[in-house]
Amino acid sequence: MSLPKAIAGIRFGLLSPDEIRKMSVQRIINPDTHDEEGMPIPQGLMDNALGTIEPGKRCATCRNKFGPCPGHFGHLELQRPIIHIGFNKTIYKILQVICRSCSRIMLKPKQIRHLARELREGKEATGTLDSVKLEEILARAKKNRDSLINPPKSKRDDENFSFGCYHCGEIQHKVRLEKPTSYYEEYETSAGNKVTDKISALDVQNRLKNIPDDDALLLGIDTNHARPEWMILDVLPVPPVAVRPSITLDSGIRSEDDLTHKLVDIIRINQRLFENRESGAPQLIVEDLWDLLQYHCTTYFDNEVSGIPPARHRSGRALRTLTQRLKGKEGRFRSNLSGKRVDFSARTVVSPDPLLSINQVGVPKKIAEILTVPERVTEWNIEEMRELVIQGPKGDPGVNYIFKGDRRVALRFVRDLSFIRDNLKPGDIIERHLRDGDIVLFNRQPSLHRMSIMAHEVKVMPYKTFRLNLSVCRPYNADFDGDEMNLHVPQSEEARAEAHTLMKVQEQISTPRYGGPIIGAIQDFITAAYFLTKKDTQVYRDVASEYLTAADIYEMPDPDREDENGVPMWSGKLLFSMLLPKGLNYEMKNKLCTCSRDREDRTCPKETCPTEGYVIIRNGRLISGIIDKSGFGAEVPNSVLHRILKEFGTDATRRFLDGITRMLVVHITRRGFSMGIDDVDVPLEGRERIAEVIREGKAEVEQLINDMKAGKLERIPGLTLNETLEGKIQDVLSSVRNNAGEVSAEFLGMDNSAVIMAKIGARGNMLNLSQMSACVGQQSVRGDRISRGYRERTLPHFERGDLTADAKGFVNASFRSGLSPVEFFMHACGGREGLVDTAVRTSNSGYMQRRLVNAMQDLSSKYDQTVRNSTGEIIQFVFGDDNIDPAKSDNGLSVNIDVIMEKVLNDKEAQ
Amino acid sequence: MAKEIKVKDLKAQLNRYIHSENRALPITVVEEMQEKILKRAREIEGVDSDDKLKSTHLTQEQFEKIVEEVFRSFKFAQMDAGTAAGVVSAQSIGEPGTQMTLRTFHFSGVREMNVTLGLPRLIEIIDARRKPSTPTMTIALDEDYIDMKVAEDPTRTREDVANEIAQRIELTTIYSVAKSIDIDQVNLQITIVLDKVLMEDKGISIEDIKKKIEYRRSGLKCITDKDSDERIHVIYSDEKKSPTLQELQKLKDKLINISIKGLKDVPRVMIKKKTNEDGDPIYEITSEGSRFTELLRIPGVDPKRTYTNHIHEVAETLGIEAARNAIKREAQNVMEKQSLEVDERHMLLVADIMTQSGEIQQIGRHGISGRNASVLARAAFEVTVKHLLDAAAKGERDNLVGIIENVIVGQEISLGTGVVDLTISLDYRKYAQKDLLKKAA
Repeated sequence: MSLPKAIAGIRFGLLSPDEIRKMSVQRIINPDTHDEEGMPIPQGLMDNALGTIEPGKRCATCRNKFGPCPGHFGHLELQRPIIHIGFNKTIYKILQVICRSCSRIMLKPKQIRHLARELREGKEATGTLDSVKLEEILARAKKNRDSLINPPKSKRDDENFSFGCYHCGEIQHKVRLEKPTSYYEEYETSAGNKVTDKISALDVQNRLKNIPDDDALLLGIDTNHARPEWMILDVLPVPPVAVRPSITLDSGIRSEDDLTHKLVDIIRINQRLFENRESGAPQLIVEDLWDLLQYHCTTYFDNEVSGIPPARHRSGRALRTLTQRLKGKEGRFRSNLSGKRVDFSARTVVSPDPLLSINQVGVPKKIAEILTVPERVTEWNIEEMRELVIQGPKGDPGVNYIFKGDRRVALRFVRDLSFIRDNLKPGDIIERHLRDGDIVLFNRQPSLHRMSIMAHEVKVMPYKTFRLNLSVCRPYNADFDGDEMNLHVPQSEEARAEAHTLMKVQEQISTPRYGGPIIGAIQDFITAAYFLTKKDTQVYRDVASEYLTAADIYEMPDPDREDENGVPMWSGKLLFSMLLPKGLNYEMKNKLCTCSRDREDRTCPKETCPTEGYVIIRNGRLISGIIDKSGFGAEVPNSVLHRILKEFGTDATRRFLDGITRMLVVHITRRGFSMGIDDVDVPLEGRERIAEVIREGKAEVEQLINDMKAGKLERIPGLTLNETLEGKIQDVLSSVRNNAGEVSAEFLGMDNSAVIMAKIGARGNMLNLSQMSACVGQQSVRGDRISRGYRERTLPHFERGDLTADAKGFVNASFRSGLSPVEFFMHACGGREGLVDTAVRTSNSGYMQRRLVNAMQDLSSKYDQTVRNSTGEIIQFVFGDDNIDPAKSDNGLSVNIDVIMEKVLNDKEAQ
Repeated sequence: MAKEIKVKDLKAQLNRYIHSENRALPITVVEEMQEKILKRAREIEGVDSDDKLKSTHLTQEQFEKIVEEVFRSFKFAQMDAGTAAGVVSAQSIGEPGTQMTLRTFHFSGVREMNVTLGLPRLIEIIDARRKPSTPTMTIALDEDYIDMKVAEDPTRTREDVANEIAQRIELTTIYSVAKSIDIDQVNLQITIVLDKVLMEDKGISIEDIKKKIEYRRSGLKCITDKDSDERIHVIYSDEKKSPTLQELQKLKDKLINISIKGLKDVPRVMIKKKTNEDGDPIYEITSEGSRFTELLRIPGVDPKRTYTNHIHEVAETLGIEAARNAIKREAQNVMEKQSLEVDERHMLLVADIMTQSGEIQQIGRHGISGRNASVLARAAFEVTVKHLLDAAAKGERDNLVGIIENVIVGQEISLGTGVVDLTISLDYRKYAQKDLLKKAA
């Protein structure tokens, strides 16, 4: 086995006419492609020498079939030189700085020599020509030449001043480019007449030809790889058929590629140009044909040049020519080179499965039978491999293909599998089905961060969807409303090893964005944990053992409670503690803690907290406090989960999450939990108080309006009177909603499902709740109350100039009570803004991220801790000034000294 | 009971770890350790100063253990060589972009100036726009200057002085102090009626205005009205000249915008009263519009604590290192306001790459991406064809050192496990055996 070949570099340059002829295998003359029988016409655009794309046929040049035949270029002799449209600007720039007679750049000879040497040395050192310097040179030469054409006043009177070229003394004329490709020279004759002469492509070519190498270098052209005159085409390379395959439709009609169409046009006009020139047609006709040929060549290269109509297909669709093939999102670069299609991948809908480990992914049997892993037969596994092979492609797991040397055998066509089995030898490679435990990559688009592609272990399952643990929804940003995800099977041992050690879900629990767990409990798990770890949760032996076995724990702790009859019971906290690693010590406040809010009593009662808002864990035992979102939720740093991750590592964290998920599922199923419309029902008394709050608020608004009308409202500095009023009204109305919400909250206590979910962070917030139960509140568009619509009013239901709450989009109703038609309309206005905003933001932020990644993709941390780009320039001497990987940090800290001190000092006490 | 470390020995003990050969820790970490250890000791003894401390309440053994743990934790969090730091940072900043909201209803209370935040602002920073859409300066005042002024004239309060400084900053035009500006068609002159209250507010006298007009537009003369000193007439000093109405109209338009005082581009300032740590009132000025270089020359402004969100102005006045900090700070501010948590190291890397060349470069085609050494990388980003054609004319060579280039040609990229250049010899068994034999012998 030899080492793979590596490409060290790619040189860009221009092809000379000679080179084009040399690399050509066939001169193309005939504009037709195929004859009546569908055979390629010799010397036509589909000539067999250009390679073949039809299966079974052989290439006339290399005698290979279409797979191995790379395709070969032909060429087309253009009757007159043609300007390559891509270089038009460069050509124009050059013509503006060189002499019209001797083609030298308009700088002093000494200067040219000096600058050329500098540039050459620069290129040797850095590999490229210094583009800043080149621009400078060009600007200087242009200034020089311009001053010869239009001398400044001071020089005009100077008798010694020469108006000619620095090198040959020729008088210079102004060069003008008429879009897209015509050049003209403008000057005044001695008689004072203004004259405009055309510079034909041939003349341009001649001027470029005479540019010496040094001068060309100053123009930014390295003559080792390109000569300026090559930017004008004498010969057109004809790409191989593989580049422009024709397709045969079902009806038998052949449809040619856009490029072929364009080449046909070029050949046709070229031929006519030739004939007309031969027959001595008038100059005018020849020039018209020349222009037409230029047009076709231009559109062949780029069909979106400004100033000329794009060449069109018969159907009226603009042709997709060379430039269009390369550029843009669907172009060759972005869609075929930067990103490529791959084999060994699958895609289907995802659905949840809380019984899977976070590291696992459920793969449908049908997919597992198609995706394969190559496995090399060795002396040590040959028996196992034989077993597999005999199963054939229908086995469970089975084998789809085997490779013997270069030969591939598809087992689905093999009748006698035992023959294959008996002939299996070490060195053969079998492609066996995916089976439990294989490492695969799992991905959901948009892939916004590295946790969008993680490695999972396969678990082959029935049905047709990919299954995943709910804790990994967050990093993928997946839900199950029809989301699809992709799966890739690494094919080499190196790839598998890398995926396993670096990309496994458990290795990605900590996000590099802020160094906290991004994977954790969500929604119902948080609710379930709340119920399980509440003080009064206790269960009998049967239930306790059910919970523990669900979490794969087979030892029963001693009961810590008993019922009134003295029957032992197990508290939820104890059962929860069974999953915590031994030796874990941590104290924290959870979301139920009210100490920070109640100002009068700032001292935390800790374990005696009435709301169980203080979590204490000692030696892996939950002593007090409820576990809620702040305890083990996704995207919450400094939680119990985070501490487990930091102190016990990824494996322990995975075990904790897997176990707790299973236990909580059993608990919430057993207990039951639901939310219904009655959860947002407020009793009559509450409804009346809410109405009162709203009434008061509206009265206040009216008072404000009256104040303003009476001129009593005081203007806030920097704002107009109307703005002041608007701001005050908004303040009043937003407090109305808040107050109404608070009233409703009084009536909805902690026995209310919706309140529970909001308070513990499982789903929703109190604002959502108060909108449902009390009052939806003010709707806004662009931060202001709704104001547009009809003249001076939002809807014809109101008077002109009405500034009251209702007229400007205040929704009195709650979602529970239902919105009036007007309110519904106002709510839709606000809702629509939200939708538009989301749509705009995704595209903007997507582009921003693309630019960020593109600018920074080459940066990497080196062995000397510097961060460098691909050319080795130092961007940072030390990453982030301390070389800390944020993913491995503790919420941004390299060292969490508080935790360490706590740990060390507590150890001592324990001893 | 084990002996406890003395307070005075703590520092020496800790300092060993700053330059130690195999136990080196960053100075910030060491300082934090010292602080936290002493804080705990203070709490135990119930004293408020380190000088009064009797002991650190740490045994040598405990201390060693803490250092051990700190070092292990520090070592663990080190970034591995070959980490794609750039991509990780880019993603860490880009990904929250999708989560940003325009939470406009968040502003309640007396609304302040509207400053662009969220995604538009983040894009603005990364784009290195010449001018932010809402330039703002946060101006700290020189307390010594205020003290001095108050001492000079005890009738004035500190607030008066702060106001005076604010007046020097805010742009004042004739328009902003005039009740009316009219063309007097009879006498062919322009009559300006001034608002005395406003003038006092802005600290301008009539003489100031007259002087400014005469200074700014030569050939003009200002005369105070005989009957009212609130009224001034502007006439041409060349008395023979009788201006046409059109000329007067033009002149009027020009006069309106003549600036009398303050910085150009700073149409509005606001004074905020704050309290410092000692509970004394301090004044801070925020401005709409930014003119950083000129601002720092205004007496009474404390240049050390004054800030602008105009990054280019920071670069021009304070240099590229300051601009780097400004970029980081601005980006961080955007994230904080949206309560999105992003590690500061990511922002720092973006700031560093934007300022690496010595001037602020945009993230994108006209900046960093446009100056990539690789033709293929540039072509793969934007304006594909132009880059390819230019490379051909220049005879450029792509050395395939970057990431995207190697993706394009289908080679291993130099990140992560791909950075390793060493390859194991195919005959390694032979050599390994030799080595083993040697060892055995």
